Amino acid sequence: MTVNSPPPDWPDRLFDTFKRADIRQVGYVPDAGHARLIERCRADADIHDVALTTEEEGIALAAGAWLGGERAALLMQSSGVGNCINMLSLMRACRFPMLMVITMRGEWEEFNPWQVPMGSIVEPVMKLCDAEVYRALKPEEVPQLAERAVQQAFGEERAVAVILSQQLIGKKVWVK
Amino acid sequence: MNTPLGRRAAMATLVAGRDDDLLVVPGLGSTTYDLAAAGDNDRNFYLWGAMGGAAMIGLGLALAQPGKRIAVITGDGEMLMGMGALATIGIQQPQNLAVIVFDNGMYGETGGQPSHTANGGIDMVSVARSCRFPTCLDVSDEAGLDDLAARLKKLDGLLFARVTIRPDEPPRVLPEKDGTVLKRRFRAALGLTP
Repeated sequence: MTVNSPPPDWPDRLFDTFKRADIRQVGYVPDAGHARLIERCRADADIHDVALTTEEEGIALAAGAWLGGERAALLMQSSGVGNCINMLSLMRACRFPMLMVITMRGEWEEFNPWQVPMGSIVEPVMKLCDAEVYRALKPEEVPQLAERAVQQAFGEERAVAVILSQQLIGKKVWVK
Repeated sequence: MNTPLGRRAAMATLVAGRDDDLLVVPGLGSTTYDLAAAGDNDRNFYLWGAMGGAAMIGLGLALAQPGKRIAVITGDGEMLMGMGALATIGIQQPQNLAVIVFDNGMYGETGGQPSHTANGGIDMVSVARSCRFPTCLDVSDEAGLDDLAARLKKLDGLLFARVTIRPDEPPRVLPEKDGTVLKRRFRAALGLTP
């Protein structure tokens, strides 16, 4: 865990965005980069936090949530993007809103080279799946991009991915 | 040994006399055709793809609509592809969800190749039990089917059922294919902005 440095602010800002957007279901596969946001969602009585065995479950979950009148979000790491590809056809075929927040691996001070193959193709894969992509390089960019993503996902009924660069998350998160 | 149940008649029994509080999500392929054959309904969300996703769509719906009863009725191949969903659902324990697998031990849509459940293979009832489904039913005759149909009318806890069916393929009955139409009519039936 991070020692002697203030906790990053962007996860809390993302949580604020979720609350303003009335997100009621949050699917996730546990992820160090999303740890704080997951913790906030788990602590909120109005949010169903749904731990998943694989990220594609979160796509189907969000479709079901929308059918039932609730808004959902999916939190995942870049490696999870590949797991979602076929299930994302559900979003395109039915025009479901799909809000995804993706923490990047394999692009900045990465100690594990096995993260690179999937990490390096996240943006083109998301675009090929017809998702709008917003990438934040700096923490201060996160809230505005997240707000825009929410408006687009639920306003235009489409898939939107907010990508949080590994540079933004910082390498200290990965120190055990 | 009983004659195995026919899939069309089994689906018809499960949704016979349904009320407006029963929402049904079939899997892609045969169970979608079975549900369409049993009578079209705005509260059906037919799947034409998203293999492995039916149970999780059911979970999202169950969490969003605690006052409704949700029945996911899918095939063994579709369930096997998303088997992790049973673990995810078992942890969530929604009280208003039934996951029902029509098990014929084969992939009917692609030519009848055997699935992992064929010939005494993977036992989906045991899988569901391991995934903490409190009620796990193994349905193989009319009496079992009637019991399951009765339980769907007043679901009071998470339920799994395997319905063993004959490995035949009745003529296809194809429902609406446009996903946006299916989504909007479903939401409208629930009183939501389509």
